[in-house]
Amino acid sequence: MTTIDHGAVAGAAVAANYRTCRFSGLRIEANAETLIKVNAVAAVVFLALGGLMGLGVALTRWPAIQLLPADWFYLVLTGHGANVLLFWIIFFEIAVLYFASAVILGARLATPRFAWLAFVLMLVGAVMANYAVLRGDSTVMFTSYPPMQASQWFYLSLIIFAVGALIGVFVFFGTLVVAKAENTYNGSVPLVTFGAITAGIIAVFTLAAGAIILIPTWFWSLGLISNIDSLMYKVIWWGMGHSTQQINVSAHVSIWYAIGAMVVGARPLSEKVSRMAFFMYILFLQLASAHHILAEPGMSASWKIVNTSYMMYLAVMGSMIHGLTVPGAIEAAQRRNGYTRGAFEWLRKAPWGNPAFSGFFLSLVMFGFIGGITGVILGTEQLNVLMHNTLYVPGHFHGTVVAGTTLAFMAMTYLVVPLIFQRDIIMPGLAKLQPFLFGIGAGGISLFMMGAGTLGVPRRHWDMSLTDAPFVHEFPAAAYLMMGLNGISAILAALGGILFIVIVVGSILAGPKLNVPGAKLIFPLHDKSREAVSEYGSEGTLKLPGTIILVAIFFACFVLYYFVNWKYLSELWLFN
Amino acid sequence: MAITPPSNRLWWKEPVHGIELGWIIIAFLWGLFMFFFMIAWHFIGNQNLSTETYKIQPERYVEKVEAFADEYRAFDENGEPIEEDGVPVVRPPVGGDAYILARLWEFWPILELKKDESYRIHLSSADWQHGFSLQPTNINISVHPEYEHVLTLTPTEAGVFGIVCNEFCGIGHHTMTGRIRVVE
Repeated sequence: MTTIDHGAVAGAAVAANYRTCRFSGLRIEANAETLIKVNAVAAVVFLALGGLMGLGVALTRWPAIQLLPADWFYLVLTGHGANVLLFWIIFFEIAVLYFASAVILGARLATPRFAWLAFVLMLVGAVMANYAVLRGDSTVMFTSYPPMQASQWFYLSLIIFAVGALIGVFVFFGTLVVAKAENTYNGSVPLVTFGAITAGIIAVFTLAAGAIILIPTWFWSLGLISNIDSLMYKVIWWGMGHSTQQINVSAHVSIWYAIGAMVVGARPLSEKVSRMAFFMYILFLQLASAHHILAEPGMSASWKIVNTSYMMYLAVMGSMIHGLTVPGAIEAAQRRNGYTRGAFEWLRKAPWGNPAFSGFFLSLVMFGFIGGITGVILGTEQLNVLMHNTLYVPGHFHGTVVAGTTLAFMAMTYLVVPLIFQRDIIMPGLAKLQPFLFGIGAGGISLFMMGAGTLGVPRRHWDMSLTDAPFVHEFPAAAYLMMGLNGISAILAALGGILFIVIVVGSILAGPKLNVPGAKLIFPLHDKSREAVSEYGSEGTLKLPGTIILVAIFFACFVLYYFVNWKYLSELWLFN
Repeated sequence: MAITPPSNRLWWKEPVHGIELGWIIIAFLWGLFMFFFMIAWHFIGNQNLSTETYKIQPERYVEKVEAFADEYRAFDENGEPIEEDGVPVVRPPVGGDAYILARLWEFWPILELKKDESYRIHLSSADWQHGFSLQPTNINISVHPEYEHVLTLTPTEAGVFGIVCNEFCGIGHHTMTGRIRVVE
């Protein structure tokens, strides 16, 4: 059977090529499978490139090593940001969106030609951006704040990439329409798909903000516009820059639910609560641009307070809810699987040997404790002045984007390789270690950078010893120690990253084939036949003592750290 | 499961589990607290960043800073102007206006302030964006060209304070520093 992609005509079934996954029972269509593959592969390639650049950055910032010369350091740092924060993450997200629509709903991918167009545009954009950066005339950092100007290729590449991604998001929406029209599922969409829809909606807002600011900036680089206001640029650019990170949050929270479901059979404690939490993201995460404007002139205090708090922290509330419902669903499932003793048998006997699970759980814990709490502190109107543009900022977002999103995406890859590529994971012993190696490295990077930032060390800075500067400020010895530990953590994370690339690429190319009769998964999925029959996660297991303890610890840390920072603030010079 | 449609088609009518409801209430109230605490700090706290800002042409700002530096230049007992590394030290009047110019790659001039006295510090850039990072107190404020930001600052400790640029501003970024002296 061949695939015909004339678009969905209501009522008329379109011929498509499906197979049924023997392990998950999911119905997978050929075009969806191919496009998930190409996007995932591109993502991994840019992760490798950007990750390597990140290692160069960390080793340069280790004062005892200072690997790269200054001009290369700033160039590589620009490339690092674009490759990992945009290209790795968004290519993978497009794969996730296709997975959450076509695969989970058992539908065909809408308009595969447009999906290919999206992929090609994104690839062209990503390659062009690397070209622009490596030319050496676009060392403007990922944020490219005017009046500093990059080459026209830099802005154009990001625009092309964003247009491609936007088309990909619309293919995802189209696939939802196809699935509904062709009745491939009953009732409401699954929670994971709902989360992916959240990510998709946020992506549209975000990419639109990117277009609104990058197109005039591109014209400016061509000389067609004389001036770009630096403050306006920042407000709108961060509508893309920060909000893209909210796509990540929606996507990786969806992945947490998906991995929980596939590996231990977790069910949402309550569909209503988890969906409401996602809905809070749609309503309020867009306001996050303000997080980057708190130390700027020109914006009123009330504008800052309303926006930076995501309208009274309602989006933070969404994340805090997921922080309970995700581990709660795991605990309920594990108790159903028979691990009922004490408060934590469910966690001790969880499948820690499965890299999909361990990666997911480490991602959950580190995103909450490291990325989440520090994000709220950093985003508090007055507290921001303590850390704005210090290393605390990259410390925070390595907690969210590396320890949180990247680790979750890596964990998901351990499921995508067997289910989509139909190849099993090679080197299972090392694969078991990989999430821990990468997770501990990423957690370390995050904590030590925040430590250095608390001591005032600036971000995006080649030489904290200020050797060539006229007036030297001596940073405390502890700050140098932090930067050394950061370097060591970066080496650990890089080893974890290299291991990930080797395992994934090796598995895709040479892993044991799974599309042969009798093949078994090295890291098995949840065995549904062994589980007690129940409708919902909470049913029959109303007690979640382990989760309550974890959440209580989280909340105590949150409150304590919040007030510690106000104490620091109150000791500053007076602003009156 | 999270990857299958809700088994109960009327999932929105199901009661919410007590544990979840309790946590939602705690999270909501904590959010409200954090929100109102930011507002409260404007009344009870002493560290609220000023929002007083004026649009200004960078050349005009440079002129203002130079005029200010000429007027309040510090001299030693021999009547010689005090400089550090060629940068003049300036003593602004207590309670009055003091100007700092950020440009590639320096903060100019050096201010000498009195402890526990309040000053209106003007901050702007002559060229690109810069970051005013006062160390070791760790006060970090963005500096834009074309925007003159007026902060009120009262130093609470004496000593020599470093200003480090913490917004990337090109290849000389890591050489961009400045100084503020605070005397008793």
